[in-house]
Amino acid sequence: MASATPAPNSFRSGPDEDGHFGIFGGRYVAETLMPLILEVEKAYLTAKGDPDFWAEMEYYRKHYIGRPSALYFAPRLTEHFGGAKLYFKRDELNHTGAHKINNVMGQALLAKRMGKTKIIAETGAGQHGVATATACALFGMECEVFMGAEDVKRQKPNVDRMRLLGAKVVPVTSGSSTLKDAMNEALRYWVSKAETHFYIIGTAAGPHPYPAMVRDFQCIIGEEVRWQLEEAEGKLPDALVACIGGGSNAIGLFHPFLDDPSVQIFGVEAAGHGIPSGEHAASLTGGAPGVLHGNRTYLLQDDDGQITEAHSISAGLDYPGIGPEHSWLHESGRVNYVSATDTEALEAFALCSKLEGIIPALEPSHALAYVSTMIGDMDKDKIVVMNLCGRGDKDLDAVIPRLEKMGKL
Amino acid sequence: MDYTASRLDKCFAALKAENRPGLGIFVTAGDPDQETSLAILKALPGAGADMIEFGMPFSDPMADGPSIQASSQRALKAGASLAKTIDLVRKFREGDQSTPVVLMGYYNPIYIYGVERFLTDAISAGADGLIVVDLPPEEDDELCVPAVKRGLPFVRLATPTTDDARLPKVLTNTSGFIYYVSITGITGTADVPIDMVRAAISRLRNHTDLPIGVGFGIKTRDHAAAIGSVADACIVGTAVVNALAGSLDGNDKAGPDTVKAVTDLVSELAKGVREARG
Repeated sequence: MASATPAPNSFRSGPDEDGHFGIFGGRYVAETLMPLILEVEKAYLTAKGDPDFWAEMEYYRKHYIGRPSALYFAPRLTEHFGGAKLYFKRDELNHTGAHKINNVMGQALLAKRMGKTKIIAETGAGQHGVATATACALFGMECEVFMGAEDVKRQKPNVDRMRLLGAKVVPVTSGSSTLKDAMNEALRYWVSKAETHFYIIGTAAGPHPYPAMVRDFQCIIGEEVRWQLEEAEGKLPDALVACIGGGSNAIGLFHPFLDDPSVQIFGVEAAGHGIPSGEHAASLTGGAPGVLHGNRTYLLQDDDGQITEAHSISAGLDYPGIGPEHSWLHESGRVNYVSATDTEALEAFALCSKLEGIIPALEPSHALAYVSTMIGDMDKDKIVVMNLCGRGDKDLDAVIPRLEKMGKL
Repeated sequence: MDYTASRLDKCFAALKAENRPGLGIFVTAGDPDQETSLAILKALPGAGADMIEFGMPFSDPMADGPSIQASSQRALKAGASLAKTIDLVRKFREGDQSTPVVLMGYYNPIYIYGVERFLTDAISAGADGLIVVDLPPEEDDELCVPAVKRGLPFVRLATPTTDDARLPKVLTNTSGFIYYVSITGITGTADVPIDMVRAAISRLRNHTDLPIGVGFGIKTRDHAAAIGSVADACIVGTAVVNALAGSLDGNDKAGPDTVKAVTDLVSELAKGVREARG
């Protein structure tokens, strides 16, 4: 549903000083949280303008995370699809196996600057929790990770990783016992520990400044793609594709290209059992604007404004909201938001493993599922870059029985 | 006609004349069902509530503790909606023209209902004020300014983390009264620290002439008496919701003593506010 909003001079200038992207974003939090949020904003603005902060980031990016991540031409998938050339941005090669560490490293360094030694975080599948526990181990900080009790059961390997890294995993039993409830609980806890704790939010959502801050830390993905593809092909990509839960890996890939009109951009939401079934996690395709977790954005909700549960085979996409900048990019028409079902993602998961020797996470498998529907129709001299934002080891328990049933194994 | 503002004003003026603090009681609309909720609402003034905070159920009440979240979920499961909440206020108002009813909740259900439609319906039903937890002064244009323009007070929360530099911003569009949150945390988590509340109230008095209600952590007659000795009103939510919850059967259905479970506690608390300035 693209509206007739006039195109701005730049798609990269948001948010405004109150944290709004058009009507989206903002700071919809209880008064108890406002002083904390304002403190984080002030600290971030200072850090953002400080070359020393970025020099420290650069050090950890290079020597700890393992950046730049590779930009890999996927020859067998390209041949299989029979259209444009497919490149993978290999963010699954980062330390801890996903893009999440890019953001966590930035926020952990910010917390350190602010003199905070105790960290809280929320996590769904556990990738953000593992990344946060990792940074806390590295910097000697205390770490508590809030995780829906359902997800604690479903994602045991990541729970064990977090514990091994010294973090305390706090199972959340309120509400639906999943990611949105973990976020509610982390915000509640933060209010009561305001003086000492820093809250590392895992995606480009939440109250301002989080959506902008997380985006800024993730933009390294798209910035690297620009120079890496220039080196490899001497041109800009023709299309970018990334999966969207809250949307942090996607905004990181997209943002550096938003003002390049020749680059088509696709965000792929999780359609679960299909949008018409109502059991999906596609906030933009199947939701409506509303206010939750500190920002106005597209949400899955009923006619009375009650938040409904998301469904996706991928716990990382299983969230009823989306980062506010994506809502704005959706309404402005700059980014095309599409979706892929559980089954389509599973097929892509199997295909990528067999043809490229890369076992992708279920999240980017959604992106690949969409790539498979469009890339064959593009000319062979065109280039598609897809963010392979996480690796699939964590998903094997969920995937293997399903693939066996589908006859893919 | 600014009749809604005057009901809160009259209430605080009458309390001042009696030289006692008021008792504000929070219950969630539609908990455990519409009929019982209306019966509780009607019984509250007789049990000693001077004003009612009527919770608009929301699926994700981030500033509330588990008890109040559970009450929202019971209400929603039993079919509660914003329209039905407003309807309960209307039905209550048919029999009670003096007890102020302040609607408390989160913004999303109001946003989806439509701000103008909500204000029209809430005012015509006889609501006397709004507390919308997730709308800080930074987002005043959403609901606070339109509500105040139509004469519906917008009650704001001030907290221990609201420092002197921020207080004027918090107070700017606030009317009716100030709701001081006595602890940093969520509802129902800890006992109130009386000395800190006393200090905070004298700090607030330097900034505003509005009445000051104190909530979060008040559970007993003694708490109510202690807080009432320094505040203009005591607001009790979690303890009341717990009393209600304790009277339900295993399927969260109202029992024969559900209304009484609430009014018994409210009567005790009402004794506390009457002892406050002994």
